Order: sequence, then structure tokens, then C-alpha cells
Amino acid sequence: MEKLIEQFSFGLFFWQLLLLIILLVVLRKVAWKPILNAIDERESGIKNALEAAENAKKEMQNVTADSERLLQEARMERDSMIKEAREMKEKIVADAKELAQVEADNMISQAKTAIEGEKKAAVADIKNQVATLSLEIAEKVIKEKFSEEGKQLKLVEEMVSDIKLN
Amino acid sequence: MLFSFLNKSVHLHGFFETDIYSDMQKPFYVKILLVATLLLGFNAFAQETDNSSAEENGSVKAEIKEFIAHHLLDSHDFTLYTIDEENNEHFGFPLPVILWDNGLKVFSSSKFDHGQAVAEVDGEHYALYHGKIVKTDAQGTINYDEEGHATNVKPLDFSITKNVVFIIVVSLLMIFMFSRMAKTYKGNMIPKGIGRALEPIILYIRDDIAIPNIGEKHYKKYMGYLLTVFFFIWIINLLGLSPLGVNVTNNIAVTFCLAMFTFFITAFTANKNYWKHIFWMPGVPVFMKIVLAPIELLGTLIKPFSLMIRLYANITAGHLILMSILGMMFIFKSWLGSSMSFVLASALSFLELLVAALQAYIFTMLSALYFGMAVEEPEDH
Repeated sequence: MEKLIEQFSFGLFFWQLLLLIILLVVLRKVAWKPILNAIDERESGIKNALEAAENAKKEMQNVTADSERLLQEARMERDSMIKEAREMKEKIVADAKELAQVEADNMISQAKTAIEGEKKAAVADIKNQVATLSLEIAEKVIKEKFSEEGKQLKLVEEMVSDIKLN
Repeated sequence: MLFSFLNKSVHLHGFFETDIYSDMQKPFYVKILLVATLLLGFNAFAQETDNSSAEENGSVKAEIKEFIAHHLLDSHDFTLYTIDEENNEHFGFPLPVILWDNGLKVFSSSKFDHGQAVAEVDGEHYALYHGKIVKTDAQGTINYDEEGHATNVKPLDFSITKNVVFIIVVSLLMIFMFSRMAKTYKGNMIPKGIGRALEPIILYIRDDIAIPNIGEKHYKKYMGYLLTVFFFIWIINLLGLSPLGVNVTNNIAVTFCLAMFTFFITAFTANKNYWKHIFWMPGVPVFMKIVLAPIELLGTLIKPFSLMIRLYANITAGHLILMSILGMMFIFKSWLGSSMSFVLASALSFLELLVAALQAYIFTMLSALYFGMAVEEPEDH
């Protein structure tokens, strides 16, 4: 201990004190503050960047989920549309069939009436022609019969004999 | 916590009440003797051929011892190596001596001529006595008291000594290095150049020393001190291991100054809770409160005191052992012994590199711990 106290140099202590104070003040100003601030800034920058990346990742996941959902919806919509279309087709086909049936029935009945009409007309026509022909035949026959005078007088006599005077 | 510190201080008291230099060397020389006896078989023939070697060894040992003691002390001139001891020729340069002795006296340390001359300034005479400047008469007479201590007047010495030069160099180096590093951050998120190596250390001090010990809330105001002290101690320890061999942290004045800073910062930034725990410990009986107050108060002083001694003792011991092992090369004077001590010294140098960083770490870590205690909130318990 004695030796230590003896060895203690006040001059050295004084210079060390002075220089250490200068060193502390100067280094704090020119070195430690800018260095530590820069490091802090960088670290917060890195932290922010990491957070941003994490957020972006989450957002990406959301987007993926969204698109997945949209795809699902589209698929469902497509399915329902196809189903609807099929139903509509069936309905149209059924309707058409019904309509055609009605039309066909109408046409058949119209044709039937027309045929009936024609038939009647034809029958009437035939009747007329028969009548005409009968008349012509009758005419010819009569004409034949009356061509000879004797015959004619005979006929008249016959007719007159037929007619009974009442 | 408190009792562990008390224990530590007791241990440290025991440690430095003995004479450090002689005591640490004694067991060490025993070890040298052990090694020497093991190696005796190899260098016995060398001993036989040289009859005067024992005597020579003694003087070499004394020389080494003196050299180590000299190395561990501060000096008023910057001597890199000695060219010729007898003719007092050294390679280096003198440094300014600044004295306060009835007025400011400034002169070059070359006037002392490496302690061999008496410097005369403004009619006053000064001489170097064991590295300290004392006031003498024109002949440089040193007066001693009964215990063998010099009784000459010691003027207030503000000289720019070798250690002060090194503190200035390290300070400038740090300002240069870190201000350059700070500039590379401008408009750029990633440091360039030396900052790439230093940034992890700064981050380590922040994330593993400051934040866990002080807490997220308060750590920022201590960062400047912790970083400065860590790099200062580390760099100055490393430079102490360089061939220049200027050892700053083995000066008690330097470690005292550093520890004093920790103490004052702790004291001035402490909150009510800290002082309450010292003067009126909550949760114990009144009698215990009265007993604990002086112990706790003493504890606040012992904490930085242990910082001071730890750094000082570790660096001193490291240099002492390293220099002693280096000295062994000259004692053995045989290819095996000398090369072995060379290998040992190399291994120890690596250990010292570790110790240099470790002591800086421990000092910073414990300072942070004390600051953490000072700003601890009551609900933190």
C-alpha cells in the first residue's frame, strides 16, 4: 500500500483526468452519438422492413384466399347456369312439342273439314250431272218416242185413256 | 453482493500490503530455479567451461530486475532502447518537464540526462530520484531519513511523461478512428473500413453489457462513457504489449482516475431508491438499518476501488511475468533454456492479448453493473 501511494503520480492523474474528460466530451459528440443513432436508425429500419414484409405476406395470403373464394363462386355460378340452361332447354322442347301437337291437331281437323266439304261438293256435283244426264236421256227418249206420228197418237190415246174423266 | 465485495477487498488488501515487486518475483524465481535444475543436465557442460558464469549470472539477474522495475514505472523521457548503458547512450527523445514550484517551470527532460545530471532552472536545482523529480542543491544531494526515504522537497509535477504522451496518442487515435467511423454512416446504413470491425464490438457493449445491466430505459446516457472507457483501456493495454512497451494502465494514478469516473457517475446519476438502499435499507429491522448504513456506504467506495486495483494489478502482474520470462533467456544462455523461455514468453504474450481485452471488458462490465444499481427502480426487485 505504501509503495502504491508513493508511486501515485499526481501529474499523471491530472493529465489522465483532463484527457479523459476531453475524450469523453469529444467522442460523445463526434463519434458515439452519430454511430449509435445510425445503428438505431438502421435497426428500426430493418424492423420496419420486416414488419412490412410480414404485412405483405399476410395481404398476399388474403388475396390468395379471396381469389380462391372468387373462383369457387364462379364455379358455383357456372354450375347453376348450366343447370338453368338445361332446365330451360327441356322446357322449350316440351313447349314446342305441345305446340306442335296442337297445331297438328288443328291442321288435321281443318283438313278433315275441307275433305268433308269437297266430298259434299263432289257429291252435289255428281248429283247435278246425273240429273242433267237423266234429263238429256229422258229428252232423247221422248224425242225418239214422238218421232213417229202413229206412236205419238198411240201414246196420246194411251194417256188419254189413262186419264179418267172424273 | 455487498459481502462478496468486502471479501474481495480483504483479499486485495492482503495482496498489496506486501511488497509487490519482491514478493511476486520470489515465487517466480523459485520456479526459475526448478526449471533450471531440470535443464541442468543439458547445460552442465556449458557451466563447466565458463567458471565466471555464476558471478555473471548474478549481475545479469540484478540488471534484469532493475530493467523490469524501470519498465513498469513512468519516465520523463521517451527511451525506446539503450545503446550503451555505461556511456549513458539511449535511443529516444526527451519530453517536456512541467513543474509547479513557486511558479511554473518548463524545461526539457534532456537536462536530467537520463537521471545522471542535475537540472538547473531559474536558480533552482532538480534531480531524478527513482523516477520522481526532487528538489536538490547544485550537487544533487539526496537526503534520507532513518527509514531510507528521501526527504527532499517534491515539487508538483505536471510533466508530459512517457505515459502522458501515450494517453494523448491513444486519445487522438480514438478520436480519429471513431470520428472517421461515424462519418461512414452518413447516407449509408452500413459502416465502411474500420467500422466494420468496430461496430460488432460497439453492438456487443450495447447489447450484452449496457442493456442487460442498466436496462432499456436508462442505458443510453451511459453508453458514451462505457464505450470510451472500454476502447481506451483496450487500446492502451494493447499498445502496452507492443514493442514500444509503454505501460499506462499499470499506473495507479490512471486506474484511480478511471475508477473515480465510475464512482462519480454512479453517485451523480443514482436515484432515490439507490440512496435509500444505502442509508436506510428497506425491509430490515431498525437496528440492522443502522448497522448496514456504514457498511453499504463503504461498499460504494470499495466497488470502484476494486475496479482500480483489479486493472492495475492484472496489467502489472502480466508485464512483470512476461518481462521476467524474457529475462530468463539471458540467464539461461543455453539454446534449450532460452528457446523454451522464448516459447513460454510467446504463449504468455497471447495470454496477455486476451487479458488486455478481458480487463477492458471487466472494467466496462462492472461499471455498467454499478450504473445499473444506481438507476434501479423499486419495482424492479
